[in-house]
Amino acid sequence: MRFDYDTSYSDGQALLRYRSDWVAYGLLAAVLLVAPWVLPKFFVGEITYLFIIAVASLGLMVLKGYTGQVSLGHAAFVAIGAYSHVWMMNQGLPWLLSLPLAALVSGFVGFCIGLPAIRVSGLYLAMVTLAFSILVEHVVGRWKSVTGGFNGIAVPEPILFGFSLAGLRPFYYLCLVVLVLVLLGLINLMRSKTGRAFVGVRDSEAAAYGLGIWVAGYKVLAFVVSAAVTGLAGALLAHHVQFVTPEGFSLLLSLELVLMVVIGGLGSLRGAILGALLIGLLPTFISRIKPMLPDHIAKQSGLEIFMFGLVLALFVLFEPKGLNGRWIKLRSFFQSFPMYRRDTFRRGKTYMKSERYR
Amino acid sequence: MDAQVVQVLQLAINGVAIGSIYALVALGLVLTYKATEVLNFAHGDVLMASSFVGWGLIVGWHWPFWLAALATVALASLLCWLLDAHVLRVIVGQPQFSGVMLTIAIAFMIRGAVSMLFGPDSRNYPTPWSGQNTHLGGMVISDLNLVILAAALLITLALFWFLRSTALGVAIQAASQNQLAAYLSGIRVKRLTSLVWALAGGISAVCGLLLAPIALVDISLWVVVLKALAALVLGGFGSVPGAILGGLLIGLVEQFAGVYMPDGYKDVMAYLVLIAVLIFWPRGLLGEAHGRRV
Repeated sequence: MRFDYDTSYSDGQALLRYRSDWVAYGLLAAVLLVAPWVLPKFFVGEITYLFIIAVASLGLMVLKGYTGQVSLGHAAFVAIGAYSHVWMMNQGLPWLLSLPLAALVSGFVGFCIGLPAIRVSGLYLAMVTLAFSILVEHVVGRWKSVTGGFNGIAVPEPILFGFSLAGLRPFYYLCLVVLVLVLLGLINLMRSKTGRAFVGVRDSEAAAYGLGIWVAGYKVLAFVVSAAVTGLAGALLAHHVQFVTPEGFSLLLSLELVLMVVIGGLGSLRGAILGALLIGLLPTFISRIKPMLPDHIAKQSGLEIFMFGLVLALFVLFEPKGLNGRWIKLRSFFQSFPMYRRDTFRRGKTYMKSERYR
Repeated sequence: MDAQVVQVLQLAINGVAIGSIYALVALGLVLTYKATEVLNFAHGDVLMASSFVGWGLIVGWHWPFWLAALATVALASLLCWLLDAHVLRVIVGQPQFSGVMLTIAIAFMIRGAVSMLFGPDSRNYPTPWSGQNTHLGGMVISDLNLVILAAALLITLALFWFLRSTALGVAIQAASQNQLAAYLSGIRVKRLTSLVWALAGGISAVCGLLLAPIALVDISLWVVVLKALAALVLGGFGSVPGAILGGLLIGLVEQFAGVYMPDGYKDVMAYLVLIAVLIFWPRGLLGEAHGRRV
């Protein structure tokens, strides 16, 4: 077991508190920095994609995991980020300006969606966002002058100070840097007054209200932050796929994002990243094992979605706290090694409780 | 008759026909929602799977239509019974969102399994009414639409009778209003909720069998569930008559939007209605009267 012994306030505020943290995260950073020179090209592209969807997943985690606002339509914000980025670059804006502007545009749309969302919550909010995502998909398909319609539109190269970032390795580092910046920003946001207010709103709106928290304002703010981060991921995704079409931002992407935060474990940024890794790697993994399966199953397209469903169902049924919960259990097993008690994390018996008349 | 009047009437009939399918799907959703407070996102996929099963029995195994329809309804009911009794019961007491996620997971699994078993092509099967039309004062109504109307009316009436006038139906209502009180009155709540799920599954199978001849047997049939959600919200969430009214209205709105509004509005009309109603008028048409947060 480890006991905290803080000798100054900055000890308590440090992100990496122990020497073991420094070693572990240092090793991780070293591996990620060296990876593009060691791994084959295919994997470098794949890891870049994982970084991008991890950013999107972090965005949704702020909304769903920390503020308790369900959104089944986050693909809409990915699409808005991607298309506004492409449009602004085609208008001649420099890349470095266009990227944050795309996030801002997406954040503004998030603000517009967040305003009505104060009026509805729970299931109803899920339905509003679901419908909004379908609407955006249709609008993107029809608004030919900006989005190129169903034919799609080519994405210009990202150029920073006359240096192209379109190559495999530069783009890898770009996405890594964005992910780290977003992650650090969100970690600190969640430790601040704003983040605590988000959690308060999630756990009990009435209690938060009683403590003087401006519930409606923080709900909208969560929408804005979440939409902006997701839009940033969308802009990066546009560069990754190099040719954006409306099919890339369908309902399935929205549901995949929700899958990531639920499987990762609601209410933890680590969970958002772990979930993005698992869900992002699943299609690759399935295409690897397909040759081993009997022919009539391997030839059909439904295996992937079936596996998504299966993984999600198993997590909801047996590990509602997600990958992050599993991680915490493993860690406490090793930290308290000979004394680990299985009952520490035992789930209590639950009964039907109505959310109808809250 | 005037050509325009005929067109309006024709659209109205088509709208009511497709709307009664939406109404039936919404009815299934509202039944399970009231019994277990789970919004069943897998409902549309049960519908889609049963249309595939119906196709397999009729075209693949050459069963007579009625036998195949009965078998399909029975299978869908059994599937939903098992889902409630063995899968959804595990998450009782967890937040509502777990139910949403679990039914989405089940929806994915059904969709994946159907596409693995049957392949991605769309197909069609013959019904006793395929290709026949009834002429009525200048309008041409396909018999399929009439059958859909009749079936929807019949199911709705039977369901109302069942819920209002039989002991079992009253017990179901009691269990969905207050589970603990129902337990204490000696009602077997667990068995009843499974029964409600089975009922909803059977209704969705009927919808699948009716919808398939109009819209082709295809994986994308599950989208009906989203239209049914719009119908539910418009009619007032949690209200059985509201679900039916909302379904009919959504069907009509879609048909008329397809003719009188610019291209492309037909597909998104239901979602526009859903957003507008939830934001400006969350109670819906026949929503419950007492104050409730949505």
